[in-house]
Amino acid sequence: MRAICLYLHIHQPLRYREYSIFEVGNDTNYFNDNFNGRQSNERIFKKVAEKSYYPMLNLLLENMEKHPDFKVSFSITGTWLEQAEKWAPDLIDKIRYMVSRGQAEIVDETYYHSLAYYYNLDEFTDQVRMHSAKIQQLFGVKPQVFRNTEFAYNDSLAKWAEKEGYKGILAEGWDKILGWRSPNHVYRPAGCEKLKLLLKNYRLSDDIAFRFSNRGWGEWPLTVPKYQNWLEMDSLRGNLINLFMDFETFGEHQWKDTGIFDFMNTLISTWLNGYENKFVTVSEACELEEPVDEVSMPDTITWADTERDLSAWLSNAMQTSAMQDLYDLRERVLTTGDAELISDWRHLTTSDHPYAMCTKYWNDGDVHAYFSAYASPYEAFMYFMNVLRDIEYRTKK
Amino acid sequence: MLGWELPPHNSGGLGVACLNMARALSRQGADIDFVVPYTAEHPEINFMHVLSATHLDPIYRYGGGSYESLQILEKIIPTTDHQELLSIRDVQKSYCEFVEKYLSDYKPELVHAHDWLTYEAGILAKKNYGIPLVAHVHATEFDRAGMRSGNPLIHEIEYEGLMMADKIIAVSEATKRIIHEKYHIPLNKIDVVYNSLDENYEKSDYFFRDTTYGYLNKLKFEGWTIVSTVGRFTVQKGLYNFMRAAALAISKNPKLMFVLAGDGEERNELIAMAAELSIAKNVIFTGFIRGKKLRDIYSISDIFVMSSVSEPFGLTALEAAHHGDALILTKQSGVSEVIWSAMTYDFWDEEKLADEIVSISENPALRESLQENVKSEYHKITWNQVAKKCTKIYNNIINHKRY
Repeated sequence: MRAICLYLHIHQPLRYREYSIFEVGNDTNYFNDNFNGRQSNERIFKKVAEKSYYPMLNLLLENMEKHPDFKVSFSITGTWLEQAEKWAPDLIDKIRYMVSRGQAEIVDETYYHSLAYYYNLDEFTDQVRMHSAKIQQLFGVKPQVFRNTEFAYNDSLAKWAEKEGYKGILAEGWDKILGWRSPNHVYRPAGCEKLKLLLKNYRLSDDIAFRFSNRGWGEWPLTVPKYQNWLEMDSLRGNLINLFMDFETFGEHQWKDTGIFDFMNTLISTWLNGYENKFVTVSEACELEEPVDEVSMPDTITWADTERDLSAWLSNAMQTSAMQDLYDLRERVLTTGDAELISDWRHLTTSDHPYAMCTKYWNDGDVHAYFSAYASPYEAFMYFMNVLRDIEYRTKK
Repeated sequence: MLGWELPPHNSGGLGVACLNMARALSRQGADIDFVVPYTAEHPEINFMHVLSATHLDPIYRYGGGSYESLQILEKIIPTTDHQELLSIRDVQKSYCEFVEKYLSDYKPELVHAHDWLTYEAGILAKKNYGIPLVAHVHATEFDRAGMRSGNPLIHEIEYEGLMMADKIIAVSEATKRIIHEKYHIPLNKIDVVYNSLDENYEKSDYFFRDTTYGYLNKLKFEGWTIVSTVGRFTVQKGLYNFMRAAALAISKNPKLMFVLAGDGEERNELIAMAAELSIAKNVIFTGFIRGKKLRDIYSISDIFVMSSVSEPFGLTALEAAHHGDALILTKQSGVSEVIWSAMTYDFWDEEKLADEIVSISENPALRESLQENVKSEYHKITWNQVAKKCTKIYNNIINHKRY
């Protein structure tokens, strides 16, 4: 038996607009830019929905109807769900239908896609429980497996997840941690008794997520027979291949004209045609085998960049001071009991905000700059601090 | 090369750019004769021949003032027939005569003309002697006139020069766009070559003493932020917008001191404006300064603003970056195309400029990030790279001509 665990992460941040210092104290609209504005959440959501959410969900659904053995797992942030409820509620219906057929599983995480774990454990726990409640409300299921924002993972997070009663947790299968070991097995996090650890097979995942359309890549163009062969070869190192990636890989990062949809459509049936091949959800993956070994990650590992650390979010002075100032306000915001204010504050914890302040590669104008909703990391910081100033002002009212 | 000024007889960035470019070109094997419209010593220049087109003192290179008598004029330009006072057109006429005479003896492979002042001489070389012409645009009349119409005669000369040139070098994409849109020159005739910081600037043994500006230093100690801008007080520089933005910023953070270094026809209006906006106490006018005094202003400042309505390049921003200032640049400045670690705004967007000034002054993380990060950027482009690009352009033209 060989299994693919396909897990797709669905997220959109609620971007704050270019909120000026002259609006502080006068206007609490932080998140609704004009439809054609650079930070218009509605415009961006609808664009990505057209390019990615609709076509990919339809593709997955068709395959589920064709192949009862085809299964997929999603993690869906609260900030995405809120926007989908407003602008494309039928997306949620599609996912609910998949869940009801038993062919889709939802993974738990922070509601606001935040890095609260590194600032305030109470806030982190609150946000995870909010997310769990939202998933139960919309899909009628209680998530069994946990993933943290940006796959930020370490041993103490695993211990937290075990205490919370999760069955499994997801993390990056980084060579520096695994050494000679393969990511294609179920592991046990160091210091845990029951929790299972699933590790991303980043080579095979990134072949699709990052390299698929790269014409400079020696393996371009990636065909299904070639990839199927790689999957089979890699299965020799363990029967469970964890393909973890952003949902937007399909249609947004890799555009339709690269052939990504046809590739995926063909891959699903080709894989299922193989002898004893199947797809599993993350919970099923945890049950596949007893942990083969214990894996320890004392320091935080993420799924980002070549460094696999948090430096894209929390390294420069703007990022760390913005986040510190933000979390310092928590108690004051919560004690107001003002639900709108609390929600506004929590929306600022989304990790995309400090990411927009990243200067690591800013001068090179690379991927960080390309995906930013702001003219520069400096402006991203400036407007964030203006919003925060207004939130502080509201706590004093 | 045809130019109008070389240091130390320069009033702005044009002379600095010409000198550094010529020096880097000569290092790469170019043999340069550089024509200037005046007679003076250039003690530091030994890598090329500086030729004087007239006997004028450098201060008369833009024409004489109304107080010079005709006798003086006769003395300095004996060749011209002068019913009127010395004007820049007289100087340009003599300049052309000199170039004509020079070309009857020497045949350079190529003529490189800097700005409209020398285009007529460049056209002459091309027309009468068939020498290929490169027109270098450091600024157009549209820039100098703050994107208004400016002087029609100058437009005419610019247009003719740009039409006649075999290739045009623009100092930024912004300038390239203006050349294309306002003078209707096809884009493929225009190459962008950015300027760099004066090579001597970083080498010199400049040292800033904290005691230089005791008053400003004390303010800084008390939590004030010093915001400076440097340049001619003229419509191009967008200083009225700057002043209104200053008032807006002060309404949010009263501990802001604005330093305007320079002089020009808008000075009195600016002083009056500061008073009308009730921010006179927060504004300092230094008058025209250069050299060490200018560097001291950059050094004491926390923030440097380039507020120009249109700025082909904007060398002062690189100088300010060298002295550790956080930069705020208008999107209309060429330098904002090469410097990424800066905040930007549209020259008319006073609210945004005020927002940026307040943000930088109140968030040390932002100020330090800008100041630190720009340091690894401002010398990204070197004069050697500039010279390499010019050489490539020269060779393309010369080789093309042979076919």
